[in-house]
Parts: sequence; C-alpha cells; structure tokens
Amino acid sequence: MSLSVLLFGILSILAVASALITVISKHPVRSAISLVFHFFMLAGLYLTLNAQFIAAIQVLVYAGAIMVLVIFVIMLLNLENENKLKSKYNILQWSAFLLGLGLVFLLGVTYLSTGTGLQFAPEIAANNSTAQALGKALFEGYIFPIEAIGILLTGAIVGAIVLAKKKLS
Amino acid sequence: MNDIVWIIVEAVAKVLFLVLILQLTAAATVYLERKISAFIQIRVGPNRVGPWGTLQPFADVLKLFLKEDIVPKAADKFFHSLAPIISLGIALAVWAVIPFGDYFMIGDRKIMLGVAPDVNIGVLYVLAMTSLGVYGITLAGWSSNSKYSLLGGLRSSAQMISYELSMGLSLLAVVMMASSFSLNDIVAIQEGWGGWKWNIFLQPVGFFIFLTAAFAETNRAPFDLPEAEPELVGGFNTEYSGMKFGMFFLAEYANVATSSALISLIYLGGWALPFSPEAIGMQEGSILFALLQTLVFVLKVIFMIFFFVWVRWSIPRFRYDQLMYLGWKVLLPLSLLNALVTAAVIVFAI
Repeated sequence: MSLSVLLFGILSILAVASALITVISKHPVRSAISLVFHFFMLAGLYLTLNAQFIAAIQVLVYAGAIMVLVIFVIMLLNLENENKLKSKYNILQWSAFLLGLGLVFLLGVTYLSTGTGLQFAPEIAANNSTAQALGKALFEGYIFPIEAIGILLTGAIVGAIVLAKKKLS
Repeated sequence: MNDIVWIIVEAVAKVLFLVLILQLTAAATVYLERKISAFIQIRVGPNRVGPWGTLQPFADVLKLFLKEDIVPKAADKFFHSLAPIISLGIALAVWAVIPFGDYFMIGDRKIMLGVAPDVNIGVLYVLAMTSLGVYGITLAGWSSNSKYSLLGGLRSSAQMISYELSMGLSLLAVVMMASSFSLNDIVAIQEGWGGWKWNIFLQPVGFFIFLTAAFAETNRAPFDLPEAEPELVGGFNTEYSGMKFGMFFLAEYANVATSSALISLIYLGGWALPFSPEAIGMQEGSILFALLQTLVFVLKVIFMIFFFVWVRWSIPRFRYDQLMYLGWKVLLPLSLLNALVTAAVIVFAI
C-alpha cells in the first residue's frame, strides 16, 4: 500500500465521521464547525489526487467564506438546541433519508455497471486541475455558461439588496 | 523510501525552526510596539527587565503562564478552549508557504528557504488560511457567552469578510503579472531594473489596497473595532485570561509579522537584489548568498512591522460605518478597476 492510498483512507474516514457529526449533532455551532472540518478533509482528499488548485479553492470558498457566513447567522439569531424544532420536520427527515438511500443505490448501480470498478488515478487529475488547465477550459470551452452564471449571480445580488432595503428612494 | 525519510526530516526540522522563530518574532514585536509607542507618546517604555527592558516580553509570557485560567460558568467549555488554538495555529500555518530566500545547495540537494515555498498555489493557500483566522475570533466571541465578546466577534467577522475581497482582488493583479500563484515566482519577476521593478512601483494602487486590507485583517488600529476598549471592554477576548489570552495576543503579533512578510514578498521585492550574485563575488546557490537574501528580506519585514506599530499609535480608530463604507464602496471598486486595467495592459500592451 502506497503512502497516498493510506492517506486517502485516513482522510476518507475522518471526512465521513465529521459529516456524520454535522448531521447528528443537535448543537448548531458544533454541526457547523464539524462541517468546516469536513471541508478540510475533502481538501486533503483533493491533495492526494494532486489537485492542489481545487483543494485551495475548497478551503477558500467553502470553509473561508460560506461557513463563516453560516456561523455568523447562527450567532446573530442565537440558535439554540434544535430539539424544539424537531416535531415540525419529521416528514422532511424521512424524505431526506429516502433520498439518501436512493443516492446510495444510484452510486452502487453506477459502480457495478462500470465493470472494471473505480480506479485511483491521480495523474489524470493532476493534468486537468491546474489553474491554467481550468482557466483554459472555462474560458474557451464553456464561455457561454460562465457568462450566464455571472448574469444569474448579479441578478441574485441585486434581488437580495432590493429585498433587504426596506424602501427604495 | 530513503528519499521520503529525508524529506520528512527536512520538513520537520524546518517547521520546528520556523515555529520557534515566529514565537520569538512575536515577542520581539510586542517589545518593539511598547518601545515605539512610548517614544511616540514621549514616555520611556519598558526599561526594568534586562538591558533596555528587552526581556520584558519574556517576563510577560511567564506571568501569563502563571495566571489562573478562568473560564466563565456559562461559556461553552470546548469552543472556549478551541478558539485560541485556532487563532494561533492558523497564524503559524500561513508560514508554510512563505519563503525567506531562494535556495542553497548542500551537495546535490536543493534546500528551499521555507517549509514548502515552491507549491504552485502559494498565494491561494495564504488567502485560504487568512480567511480561516476569523473562526478563532468569532468562536471566542460566541463561546464566552458575554455580550461584549459576542459583539467583538461579530464585528471582526463582518470586517474580515469585507476586506478579504479587496485583498484577493489586489493580489489577483500581481498573480496575473507573474502568471503564477507561487510566491517564489512573484519575487522572481521583481528582480532587475535596479529595484524599480518592485510591484510597489508597478502596482501602486494594488499596494495601497493590500496594505489597508492587511491592517483590517490583522484587526490592528485604525481598524481594531473588534477590540475597541471604550465600547467593548476588551472585545472578543474579554472573558479570556492566562495563557489563552496570551495565545490571542501572540496570534495578533504573528499575524502582523505574516502581513509584513507578505507585503515585503509581494510588493517590496522580497529578497530580490538589484545586482547579480557574481557582481559581489558570490555564487547563486551558496549558503552565504542565501544568508544575504534572508537578511535583505528580514530587514524589509522589520521595517513593515515598524510601520504597523507606527500607524497604530498615530491614527485614531475608524467608526464602524466608515469602516464598511471604505471596504465596500472605495476599496472594492478600486481593486476591481486595478485588476481590469492590469489585465488590459497585459493583453494589449505586452
């Protein structure tokens, strides 16, 4: 067993464990922090695949920006134990569980139907995930989707500001 | 396998050395701050412990170690202890990609000056780590269960989110010029022209934006609203005592050193010398030349640390709305414009 496979195993176990804590924990801040930890483990997994750029972006965007906002909201609203909310969301919980089972089933079918199974191929990731390769692909092959996403996000920001402003002068 | 062992030994040795140096730098910065502030306010400053009071920071740290560690009854014990660890850990982690010089050779082995300075995501790693620093402060504020701490923590997260954007965008212009995320490459493009190729001359707007954002990110005056004494007692660290308080303190000064190092590397030419090593009878890759490079770099860092202290004791604190106005309505458009102009010049003029 090579070093990278060993690392992959350790990081995967920690990633699954922290994801479980995120879901199971009744304490909002504890959930959020273990999700941050989960993102770190994911970044580590990307590193074992030689995808440094994706790993850095994972930490920068998800752990550094989005989760900070989530924690900000938890602290501002001073959310306490989620036990009080529990009865309301029973149906949602069950449907989430069923959807999760469906995803596992789908992944299993995909895995079995490939025949050869999945392979650990860091070389492929290394060539396709540098900043240069990603930039080229995005701005040469997918320029229209990029621009469309840009317009969509701008629209969302403008909408958020209009909603947040009580009255427009 | 032998190679892997050697790599691990080298990395561990570098990390231990670096952590030691950083703690000493933080202590020295505390001393410098007290002495310079005393000079600015026409006082004497620390002068009892050791010659000219130089041992004062060690006495302070010793005192902090001996103090009782008080944890408020209503605090979340786990996060209350975790917060200072996150703060100091992240402040130290940034240094993994910061180089102090180019490299030197021992036999056939090329030793880079820095833990892992040649990674191809250096700048992104620095941005990622500095953006995580906010967790330490936010969690400290929340877990203390005190209104002053919470307000300090909230202010700091809002401030850091606001200034990160302009910081990243001003770095983007430099990254475009170097066409690399590696700090080594960014220093390499500043070599030559007798020092006029430093990014401070080629990117003056970016430099001022980065400098301002660096003050905000380190929570230093004039942007030290998270710990504004007159309104928030001590801010996010109000409920901390003993060495946990000391860790926040060390983290702040380690962050000052980090920002100074980044400014020196990215805008002030880092270790780049205006002449080739042969001109003074040295060889590239020799230990002596590496030492000279490190000395040049360290001098620039010390100057920047001095600058940080100088500004803190000269400029009054901003009001909160002024801080937000400056971040979102002045620095952000300016840094976008700067990135746009840089991109246009690179595409059309070169």
